[in-house]
Amino acid sequence: MIRFDEVVVRYPRSEADALRGVSLEARRGAITAVVGPNGSGKSTLVRALIGRVALVRGTISVDGTATPATERRDFARRVAVVSQREELAFPLPVSEYVAIGRFPHLGLWRAATRMDREVIDAAMTEAGIEHLRERRVDMLSGGEWQRVRLARALAQGGDALVLDEPTAFLDIGHEMGVFESLHRLARRGQAVLLVSHQLNLVARFADEMVLLHHGHVAAAGAPAAVMRAEVLERVYEWPLVVTRDPAVGAPTLVPLRAR
Amino acid sequence: MSVTRWTVLVLSLIVVMVAGVAIGTINLSLAAVWHGAFGVGDTTTVYIVRALRLPRVVLALLVGAGLGMSGAALQGTMRNPLAEPYLLGVSGGAAVGAVLATVLGLAVSLLPLAAFVGAVVAVVIAFFVAHAAGGGTRGDPRTLLMAGVVVGAFANAAIMVLLARAPANTVQDAMWWMMGSAADATWSRVGALAAYMLVGGGALVLLGRRIDVLALGEDAAAGLGLAVDAAIRLVFLVASFVAAATVAAAGLVGFVGLVVPHIVRAIGVRQHRALIIGSALVGGMLVVLSDLLGRILLPPAELPLGAVTALIGVPFLLTKLRRLT
Repeated sequence: MIRFDEVVVRYPRSEADALRGVSLEARRGAITAVVGPNGSGKSTLVRALIGRVALVRGTISVDGTATPATERRDFARRVAVVSQREELAFPLPVSEYVAIGRFPHLGLWRAATRMDREVIDAAMTEAGIEHLRERRVDMLSGGEWQRVRLARALAQGGDALVLDEPTAFLDIGHEMGVFESLHRLARRGQAVLLVSHQLNLVARFADEMVLLHHGHVAAAGAPAAVMRAEVLERVYEWPLVVTRDPAVGAPTLVPLRAR
Repeated sequence: MSVTRWTVLVLSLIVVMVAGVAIGTINLSLAAVWHGAFGVGDTTTVYIVRALRLPRVVLALLVGAGLGMSGAALQGTMRNPLAEPYLLGVSGGAAVGAVLATVLGLAVSLLPLAAFVGAVVAVVIAFFVAHAAGGGTRGDPRTLLMAGVVVGAFANAAIMVLLARAPANTVQDAMWWMMGSAADATWSRVGALAAYMLVGGGALVLLGRRIDVLALGEDAAAGLGLAVDAAIRLVFLVASFVAAATVAAAGLVGFVGLVVPHIVRAIGVRQHRALIIGSALVGGMLVVLSDLLGRILLPPAELPLGAVTALIGVPFLLTKLRRLT
């Protein structure tokens, strides 16, 4: 559904390209995970997708339509993005915050209808945050905040979800909760494109992994094909081994101590 | 916010406005105010109501409404609780325009126009400075804010240079104007300002939803399908023009654009369409009340409007401060 073709991106006043010809596809019904070291271009990928940084070459398309040609608002109706950072200077109640997800559907004049409110309620149920409805977003814990942001993205009502490190700062339980939600959404036919540092979790949940290194795709494919010690060691510049987790059978990375 | 609170807000505004017309050197009864407004009663009363106090009260209302709306829109867009129209160079530019007009000896009636032109020129310069500094990313609100502050500082320096060689009465005229006043209200001035407020304020209310989205941050706003840079520039320009029009009508009335949106948020309004409308009501109320107090506190002297708005606004803000953050 979301397709990057030979995408080259360079930030203004920067010497080097941040993305140097990246191609990947996030299909419907699957979790596609982008991994890689800090500065490898993961977040740039997301910023290019939402048009915050211009493409030097290549195309990004949604269902075959190139994004610059598509109207931004039309894009937002189909693809919801949860960016990495978000700071509200003036905190809102959770229900009002989630309702902003309907923005691409409302335009300048139209008022929210019952349909909009139903979508908002369904999104809050899916994210498991109904009980937080009246709470102000600055009173939430890290885990609640991430789920509230997920609910806002779901309220956008598209069939693709893009998340930049949705489990940063979360404990194991909340982290698993987010991954299970994403799994559920993908099984229901959503295209989920996920940027994450949690290689072991990604290896368990993702259908497809894309390993970025200095703006290149260093490896891509099923988790077993990407989670190889010789590839990961070179990319992360750290000694490590990849084993098979005895409990769940997924490839598991274990970094070694420096000597 | 509930219907009850909106009703209370509108009724309070009406009470303050009626008080503004009734109270003064000569106090009028409510009946006299009512009849006077329709031209009924003795000529003195009718003159006081229709030619002196009513235009003054309406002008104060419009000035406060404009500054409140402008501040609410800018704070949301910049995601900065300290943002206000005067920070964008509006006040500095307007002051330079006004001082230049007095120093050059232009007719007093041309002073508002000079102030308006100065404000617009300052905002445009701030935009160009931000553009040059931002390397093409014109929309970055921090760069725009910095550019506005820099242009404002430069304007202040220019004013001091201009006034250093000016005769004393010119200096006093300019200083008085810079402290803000609704005393020179005329119906034609009220009409012009009302037109600006309807168009500019209406545009800001319409932009409210986009400001809700901008308040989440640029990346989140882009993810929601907003053309972020264009939206930020549009809000800035409209908010600046609204503020510039108030400055042209009544000089510099400080603190309103900063404090009013905080008061409205503190009474439970968060979405920007409602916040902008609420800020118009509360801003109008604050300036009408300040103008009234400025007239009656130390008669026969009239206190500068900008000083009174701050004297009322600061304690009010302080009592609400704990609930703001």
